[in-house]
Amino acid sequence: MHHTAPYEQRLARTKTKFLVSRERREMIWGLTCVAPALAGFLFWQVGPILGSLVIAFTDWTVANTPHWIGLSNFQRMLFADPLFYKSLSVTGIYAATGVFLNLSFALALALLLSQKIFGLTFFRTIFYLPSTVPAIASSVLWLWLFNPEFGLFNSILTGLGLPKQQWIYDENSVLASLILMNLWSVGPLMVIFLAGLQTIPKYLYDAVAVDGGNAWHKFRFVTLPLLTPTILFNLILSIIDTFQVFTQPYVMTQGGPNNASLLYVLYLYRKAFQEYDMGYASALAWVLFLIIALISFVVLQTSRRWVFYVGGSE
Amino acid sequence: MKSAAALGRSQVRAASRIDWLSTLITYSLCGLGSFLMLLPLFWLVRSSVMTLDQIFRFPPEWIPAPFAWQNYPEALTTVPFLLYLKNTVFILVQTVLGTLITATLAAYGFSRLRWPGRDLIFNILLTTLMLPYAITLIPTFLLWAHLGLVNTTWPLVLPRWCGGGIFYIFLLRQFFRTIPRELDEAAILDGANPLQVLWHVVVPLSRPALITVAIFSALGAWNDFLGPLMYLNESSKYTLALGLAEFTGLYSSQWHLLMAASTVVIIPVVLLFFFAQRYFIEGIALTGTKG
Repeated sequence: MHHTAPYEQRLARTKTKFLVSRERREMIWGLTCVAPALAGFLFWQVGPILGSLVIAFTDWTVANTPHWIGLSNFQRMLFADPLFYKSLSVTGIYAATGVFLNLSFALALALLLSQKIFGLTFFRTIFYLPSTVPAIASSVLWLWLFNPEFGLFNSILTGLGLPKQQWIYDENSVLASLILMNLWSVGPLMVIFLAGLQTIPKYLYDAVAVDGGNAWHKFRFVTLPLLTPTILFNLILSIIDTFQVFTQPYVMTQGGPNNASLLYVLYLYRKAFQEYDMGYASALAWVLFLIIALISFVVLQTSRRWVFYVGGSE
Repeated sequence: MKSAAALGRSQVRAASRIDWLSTLITYSLCGLGSFLMLLPLFWLVRSSVMTLDQIFRFPPEWIPAPFAWQNYPEALTTVPFLLYLKNTVFILVQTVLGTLITATLAAYGFSRLRWPGRDLIFNILLTTLMLPYAITLIPTFLLWAHLGLVNTTWPLVLPRWCGGGIFYIFLLRQFFRTIPRELDEAAILDGANPLQVLWHVVVPLSRPALITVAIFSALGAWNDFLGPLMYLNESSKYTLALGLAEFTGLYSSQWHLLMAASTVVIIPVVLLFFFAQRYFIEGIALTGTKG
């Protein structure tokens, strides 16, 4: 007993030493593992974010040496650029209508698929399929579908004895046409809704049935409230997406006719990569960020009132 | 008693009639939905096997007679599609490998190794997921221009070897956290270092998540339009997406060729979707339920 004490002390000491070195080793391993990702984060996120913030306050056009011009870019945007307001209103209409219709359509499809029917996976495959089509290919395809003379849509209208439409070639219908096209690829939203629907416990529906409720009651008092967290998620996701749509207007309309489809990122792209007005384009990017952030913030704030979390608020 | 039983029976009959009716409605709606979703794709394939003369006929032919298969070789030789395919595959392979390797490492470092500040740093990384890509677009371009690497594939490939994208790290980290820690401890007691634990314990158990990441990053590379548009100026370096856009600009009224070219770009994606549907659906569902 007497001479075991030093041994135990020694053991304890080596143990701590071992632990310390193990912790350090684990830290070194951990940092090594995340090093490439951290480097990427610094080079392609942090750096560009800070850079963009600086460039937005300069008159950089790539060819000149940049000068600090304070808030001039933002003043120009607000007071001297009618196209900025045009693209803002076009994007606002496109996003508001598009987000609402996308979510409604995706939810309708998900509800349809959540019925216990034979062939569910078959229909899910078909409903999802269009969203796998690359944006560039679907743009070319829909350009053809919208063709005023020989396109599918006008062929159908003519067949039904209805007047032909100009679709994306008329400033009054171009946005509606692009929104319609977007409905074709709601697959991911639908799948997220489906996943949300599957988490709703079946006994709640049984409870409604016992109380004599019909399908509408089940939807209104079980499905809808329990789906609100999923709706919130999809809402934020589609807001961020639709505000930044680029490929379709770039390939299909180039913002026309008469700037009626001059969506925001297309305008930004034009300023940055066709007019090389990097300072002004960076300012545009930050305004877009502020708009998206503000809308997301408002949605998240009001969500406390309409999003229902099982087992209390989170 | 008897009347009650009869009542019950008639109720059951009424209920089954409603069931039958609602099933019918559900199937009709599913059928209608499928028809509308498939119609554009049908029109695509139909137009791709018609001569220009057939295409401009009225009333339109639904099933072309005869099939003009020669559109495909014609479309694929009018612009160098094979070259574009080669360019795309090069970027795609780099993207998938880079993302798989570096995102896996990062997710491992952020979930199963303990080091001070780990979760804080990860949360900072996560906040940029919400950031519009428009913010980083311009300075990133200027950075590559400054390095003289515009018109090379570096801007499209190198970021993929640096974590691949925060979304993928997030996805893998979520998955790694469901693997019991005891497995790591056991391997460490057997003398394995963290890298061996990752390779022999975590990776084999994370197959589905890794396949999902591989598929999504491959699709991202295949479908990317803005990236190649910004960084590749020379026609010989174009990807398929960019080539198709160029084709559309040059042959804007040759719809039969445009549809054939579009079909060729779409087919690999559709095939991938059919064979790996489970990973598409699960991967997307995962973003919704755990985000």
